[in-house]
This record gives sequence, structure tokens and C-alpha cells, in this order.
Amino acid sequence: MMPAVLVVVLALVVPLLVSAATAVRDPELRAALPRTAALLRAWDGHGLPEEATFAALAGELRAAEAEQALGALSRRLNFERSGMRGLLLRAARAELVAPYSMALPALDPRWGAPATWALLRRAALGVTPLYLLRAVDLDIAADGAVVMQPAEEAVFGRLFLRSLVIALQVTLLALLVAYPAAYAIARLSPGWARLATVLVLVPFWVSILVRTTAWFILLQREGPLNAALLALGVTDHPLQLIFTRFAVLVAMVHVLLPFAILPMVGVMKRIDPRLARAAASLGATRWQHFRRVYLPLSLPGVGAGGLIVFMLAIGFYITPALVGGNTDQMVSAFIADYTTTTLNWGMAGALALLLLAMTAAVVALALLLVPRLRPRGIGAPP
Amino acid sequence: MFAMSVALRGYTVLVLLFLVAPLLVVVPLSFSSGEVLTLPVPGFSLRWYADFFTAGRWLSSTRNSLVVGLHAAAFATLLGTLAAFGLFLARPGTRSRTVLALLSLPLVVPSVIAGVAMYFAFAMVGLTSTLAGLILAHTVLALPYVVVTVLAGLQGFDRTQLRAATSLGAPFHLVLRRVVLPQISPAVAAGALFAFATSFDELIVALFIAGPEQFTLPRQMLAGLREFLSPTICAAAVLLTLMSLLLLALHQALLGPKGK
Repeated sequence: MMPAVLVVVLALVVPLLVSAATAVRDPELRAALPRTAALLRAWDGHGLPEEATFAALAGELRAAEAEQALGALSRRLNFERSGMRGLLLRAARAELVAPYSMALPALDPRWGAPATWALLRRAALGVTPLYLLRAVDLDIAADGAVVMQPAEEAVFGRLFLRSLVIALQVTLLALLVAYPAAYAIARLSPGWARLATVLVLVPFWVSILVRTTAWFILLQREGPLNAALLALGVTDHPLQLIFTRFAVLVAMVHVLLPFAILPMVGVMKRIDPRLARAAASLGATRWQHFRRVYLPLSLPGVGAGGLIVFMLAIGFYITPALVGGNTDQMVSAFIADYTTTTLNWGMAGALALLLLAMTAAVVALALLLVPRLRPRGIGAPP
Repeated sequence: MFAMSVALRGYTVLVLLFLVAPLLVVVPLSFSSGEVLTLPVPGFSLRWYADFFTAGRWLSSTRNSLVVGLHAAAFATLLGTLAAFGLFLARPGTRSRTVLALLSLPLVVPSVIAGVAMYFAFAMVGLTSTLAGLILAHTVLALPYVVVTVLAGLQGFDRTQLRAATSLGAPFHLVLRRVVLPQISPAVAAGALFAFATSFDELIVALFIAGPEQFTLPRQMLAGLREFLSPTICAAAVLLTLMSLLLLALHQALLGPKGK
């Protein structure tokens, strides 16, 4: 078993640690301006640094700009304080003469402000809490204090809440739709049960992308679903179905439903049917039997199915991205966007870390609060 | 036991329809003679399948999917079977529980997080935009399925055979090959199928770590969906679905009528 463990550690555990480290790493200033970074770290951070630091900055900025090596650094600093990119590039391109502690503030008064230099000093430390703070809608103020983001910038709290709400909605819907069907499948004669199970397994084996593509086509404005609704006279004009929360919920429930049905069927098949007769002979009504006997016995299946659906739903990316609107995107979409489009790996790492923590917290909470839900063999292929 | 009411039966049929029917919508569209994805189709033709089998990017992505899927399935089956056998032999305890938890990790980590993490780490060692990197990633993602399937297959295995074989002088690798493997081969094959299916359908990790040269079939489909919704995508979807159905049928046949 050791080779398998080694492969998982090297190709998944180590990458997860790297990704967590990416959330707090701050390499750009050290890489682009190494001498300035060393001087800034040695400085006590009060007021303005010495002339040597100003001179190192001016010289290194100029050299880095000549090699076009300022992109990553200006992106990093501009992310912390907008306007830093322009400030940096103008200083890099200006013809400056010593003393630089006079020349730089003359070029732009912000070079004479202690806040600018405090920011540079923080960026020279090599590690930063900035990305994690931003991911929870906090910011570092000019004086270095941790403050709340202004309401219009505070997007991530809403984003995590939205992802949580969508995942919970999908889980609840999937469980509600699945429960009666699982009950029926568990009670079918072996031949019919096998047919029903295979029908549940078909979408389970078909790629999520293929299933999402099917919904993408079905829900189009001129798509089959709207055509059917028009033909049936349910509506007299095509409805906006795609790019809505409705589309996201329907498609996600469709994709995740087998994960809810299969564990429930497994548990329900093991419930002794004689219990129903026993309950009836003791005078229980059908409802009492269901509520007091059947439901409690089937809960482990509900718990296992619910946990799997929730864990998969909270990290969903492709389905909301294809059939959802702008306000239906989940955390994963932002992680993907920061990684591949805006190239802000720090934010991607921070959001990934938080998403992982949130998933683990919700699962741990569910297991802790409801010990009866504790699943056995979670994730086993059905 | 209650007689099942008509309402419950009807409801169950509806749920099963909801699960399967959307998959069928792409079938007529893939045979359409028109270029717009509307039903009913104006006429039938095979032009989109012809397009699929002649367009360079669809063919190369199919080849990539097969290469990655077969390699990942082979590695995952080898590693996973050995791991499952090791877990089967190990004394139950913290150590084997930890190993099982670690091997199940790829199932629990959301795939976007796994994708981003692999992207960061693989970039450091030059494994992004390589088929080898994709194979490694898919091996890890498929591994838990093999371990769980083979562990289940080992449940009916009588361990006294191991002592018997060893006492007759068989070295460990011979015991494994001649005694254990023949008895659990359906489970191993089922695990391999599931591993292949996992890799063949995987999109998210491929989205992060594959370059255009390593586009797999799902990745190529996504690119198509995002730029221009051509019926070739429906043809690709039908072909992918047929592949999945074939794998499912084989899987069912291997694991027998238990419907496991």
C-alpha cells in the first residue's frame, strides 16, 4: 500500500500544501527588487527610510523595467492599493538624480508618504496575510491595521454564503426527490430493482459535462423545453430559463441525484420488512410506523447521501458556469478565474484554502451534531 | 410491507425519466442536417459525425483521452490493487485507518481545489501541459475507486490459503499472482473500468493542468461550448455517452447480478 500512499502524497497532499502556501506567499517584491527588499526589512518602519533605500529602489526599478520584469510586482502592489502600478512605473521610467529621497517625492508626493513605504516594507517580508484577509472581506489599512472592506468591495462573504446556500438547496432538493424513489426501488422485485438501479447508474457514469451540455441545450431560449411549454400553452412567450438560479438548481440536482438515491437504496434494502407488520400488529398507523420506525432506520442512508451531495455541490464549477447567470457563480468559478485569467495565485490559493476549510467544517459539524448520520464507507462506488 | 401505491410507482418512473431523458436530447440533434440546435430537426444527416472524425482537434483530443485514460487506469489499478491487498493483510488499527483515509482523500477534496493545487505544484516541476502530468493527476483521482472495489472483492477471500501457499514455499509475488489475483480478478477489472471511466470523463483537473496540446475530449467539448455551439458537440456527447454505457455494461457484467 506504500506506493499508492506515496503517489497520493506526492501528487495531491504536497500540491494541497503548496496551494495553502500560495495563499500566504509574497515573493514578488523580493524577486524584482532584492536589494531594496533587504534594506526595507532592516528598516524599523517608522517615518521614511534612509536615502540608501530610496536610491536602491530607484536603481532597481529602472533596471527591472529595462528587463520588463516589473509586471508581477506592479500587479501585486496594485492589488493591495490601486494606483501603485502607475506610481511604480512612472518612477521606473523617470530620469532621476540623487538625492533620491528628494527626487522621488518631487516626482510624486506619495513617495514622501510613510504609508507608501510601510506598504512596500510589508510586501518585502515574503509572507503576507493580505490574500486570506481579502478572502474574508478584510483589508490592511495604510497604517497596517486590519480593517473591514467597504460594503461595495466586500464580495467574498456574499460569494461564500451564496455557494453555501446553493449547495444546501441542491442537497435538500436532491434528498426530497430521492427519498420516495429510493423507498420504491428498495421495495421492487429483484428484476425491476435491478433495472431501476441501472437507470440510476446510467447518468452516474455519464460525464458531468455531457449532462450539463444536455441541460445547456434543453434550457436555451429556443430550446426544446421552451418549445414544449409553448406548445402546451403553459406560456405564450419563451421563458428565460438558462442563466438563472432555476437552471443551476435543476441541472445540479440532476447531476447529483444518483449520489443521493444509491446510498438510500442500500440502507433501505436492509430494513426488515417484517417491522411494518410488527408495528401494525402493535396498533401503529402507517404514518406512525413511518415516523417512528422506518424514517429513523433509513436516516443513515439519508445522511450518507446528503453528505456526498453536499460535498460535491459546494465545490461545483462547470454546471453553474455553463447554465448559471453572473449571480449564480460559486466560489470555484472565482478560484478558476484567479488561477487562469487574472493570474492572482495568492487569491486563488486563499479562496481554495477557505473553501476546503468550509467544506471540512460543515461535514465535521454534521457528523458531530447528528452521530446517527455518521456514514460508513463514504464515497464507496455504488 | 405495504403494497406500493400507484402514485409512488408513477413518481418513481418520473424520477427515472428525469435522470435519463435529458441525456437523450442530444441524440436527434447530433443527427441533424441543420446547423442550429433546435427540435424538431430539419432533416437527418451524419455530417456532424463526419466532422467529428475528420476534424484534427476532435481526433487529437480523443487520442489524448484514450492515452491518458488507459495509462491512468493501468497505474491506478496496479497501485490500488496492491494497496487494497496491503490493507486487507494489515492488522486493523490506526495505521490502516489512516492509510485508507489518505487514499480516499481524492474523493473528498473538491475537484477545483485539487486542480488548482496540482496546477501550482506541477508548474514547479514542469509537469503542467504534459500528458505525463495529466496521467499522474488522473491516476490519483481514480485510485480510491480501485482500492474500494478491490477491498470489497477481497471480503470473501479465505486467508488460510495464504498460509497454505506460503508453507508450500511460494514466494510472496507468486502467492499474489497465482492464488490471490485469479480469485479477485473480477473486482480488479471492475476497478480498472471505473478508473478508466473516471479519467475519460474528468474535466476540471484537465482544465487547469492541460495545455491545448493535451486537450482531452471533455476539455475540447468545453472549448466548443464556450465559443460556438455546433452540433459536433452533440455528436461528441453521444459518443461519450455510448462509451460510458459500454463501460457501465461491462462493469455490471463483471460484478454480477448483485447490482453492486
